[in-house]
Amino acid sequence: MATILLIAEQAHGHLKKATLSALTAAQQLAQKGGGQIQAVVIGAGAAQSAQELAAYLPTVHAVEGGGFEHALAETHAAAAVEAAKKVGATDVVLAATAYGKDIAPRIAAKLAAGVASDILAVVSANQFKRAMWAGNAIATVEVTTPVKVVSVRATEFPAAQKSGSPGAVQQLGVTAPAPKTKFIEFNEVKSARPELTEASVVVSGGRGTKGDFKPIEALADVLNAAVGASRAVVDAGWQPNDLQVGQTGKVVAPKLYIAAGISGAIQHLAGMKGSKTIVAINKDAEAPIFQVADYGLVADLFKALPELTEEVKKLK
Amino acid sequence: MKILVTVKRVEDYESKIKVKPDNSWIVTEGVNYRANPFDEIAVEEALRVRDANAPSEVVAVSIGSGAAQAEIRSALAMGADRGILVKHDGFLDSDAVARLLQKVVAKEAPDLVLMGKQAVDVDDNVTGQLLAEYLGWGQATFASKKESLESPEEKAKKPGLRFGADKKTVQVAREVDGGLEVLEVQLPALITVDLRLNVPRYASLPNIMKAKKKPIEELAPAALGVDVSPKVKVVRVEAPPARTAGIKVPDVATLVKKLHEDAKVV
Repeated sequence: MATILLIAEQAHGHLKKATLSALTAAQQLAQKGGGQIQAVVIGAGAAQSAQELAAYLPTVHAVEGGGFEHALAETHAAAAVEAAKKVGATDVVLAATAYGKDIAPRIAAKLAAGVASDILAVVSANQFKRAMWAGNAIATVEVTTPVKVVSVRATEFPAAQKSGSPGAVQQLGVTAPAPKTKFIEFNEVKSARPELTEASVVVSGGRGTKGDFKPIEALADVLNAAVGASRAVVDAGWQPNDLQVGQTGKVVAPKLYIAAGISGAIQHLAGMKGSKTIVAINKDAEAPIFQVADYGLVADLFKALPELTEEVKKLK
Repeated sequence: MKILVTVKRVEDYESKIKVKPDNSWIVTEGVNYRANPFDEIAVEEALRVRDANAPSEVVAVSIGSGAAQAEIRSALAMGADRGILVKHDGFLDSDAVARLLQKVVAKEAPDLVLMGKQAVDVDDNVTGQLLAEYLGWGQATFASKKESLESPEEKAKKPGLRFGADKKTVQVAREVDGGLEVLEVQLPALITVDLRLNVPRYASLPNIMKAKKKPIEELAPAALGVDVSPKVKVVRVEAPPARTAGIKVPDVATLVKKLHEDAKVV
């Protein structure tokens, strides 16, 4: 019987939400191809995160301790492969986050597996849909190898539901290979707002802000929204890199996406087209962003956003 | 130091991408081609590393049809020293590309391989990591830097990669979820580059002329002993679902009413 191994992502004992979306994809794969799902959590705090994940799955393996503290691709891919061999995995599934993208190919190479990258949908046991050319085409790809590695675009799959009976956590002893890579430091970008890829509302600003994000932030605060930015804004150094929404930045799919002063380059559209409701506010009535917007308002953002902020406050 | 850098020939991201009526691929007639923009950032970084660590050499590699000579020439015009084309017509999956590059690396024995984090045609983001594993090397994906693209360091064209004094290690700032992570990788190392590592230079006219005389070696997959049959096949290509056209609202009050009552999102 087929066994699907989910590689969870966690930090300091807390499971990342994207993992639960990847689990949904794994469940769809199990439905189409048969088989059962197990998971492995790797890194410092893995045992605690594994407990959290055991609310969803009968068996969760935890790899902790020497050599796995930092999420180095070499050691984490090696641990994932050990787990895959132990459970006899026919499929390895993980979220296509920075972590997932870093390790998935290394896992695939070790297992002589083909890798379907950043998938949008599970078509069958070995066929998947994925975006190409910045989302201007959707390809169906077929993985021809006996073992498959699948990374999942988390925004395309809902979070999995907890199962009725909690599962068991098993410690998995793995000796870390001596890596050729060493962790030096992590410079966290701290924010009181929700994380961009996890927020249900995103307010993004573009060149039209001229670098002044105060109206964007004020609206984001009343909506409990994450703040996003176009590439132009990030390249100009007006906002940090990790706020960039687009093909080359973050792909988001919130319930509500508000684009203010963003013209709508293909690059940007590829990162937010999956949003449920899109609002565009732009002075230029011809801006391409209006072609994907459900509601378009031709207006100066410096006038419209404060008004919008006040109106939303009134509703609450 | 020897630096190997990849340049893939891809559809220009400003070209209109249309799907073929038989859903086999995209329409390639009438489309402009160029070097993958992430690879151009890799070429720029390679040149900065070379110039800060003389004597060094930059070798630009492409895998593709004969037409990919043009993208190698553009890397040579930016300043790369010589080129290698692994000539193959038709689709190659990322795994085949990684295994071909593995052979090129074995032949050239570079200290550093620099690649774009992904090619903007298939948007796979796997080739660099596959290659690192096949080589048994350490990797740093999504290379960026702490300094902004408006910083004095960028204006002075300083490399974002920081080499140890003994040139046995390199420190790389990586763009990951929630911040920048700094890793130190032993050489030889594989690094894939993200958008904000640098701003690639334009080729000057004299350098374009000079590039015409630089050598490009041609290799064949069979001669490299690589079976290029794919592990991942593309079986169908479709246009993305179109979003239904929305409406323009006259003012903020109407917008809020629609969002509240129709879309029910505020």
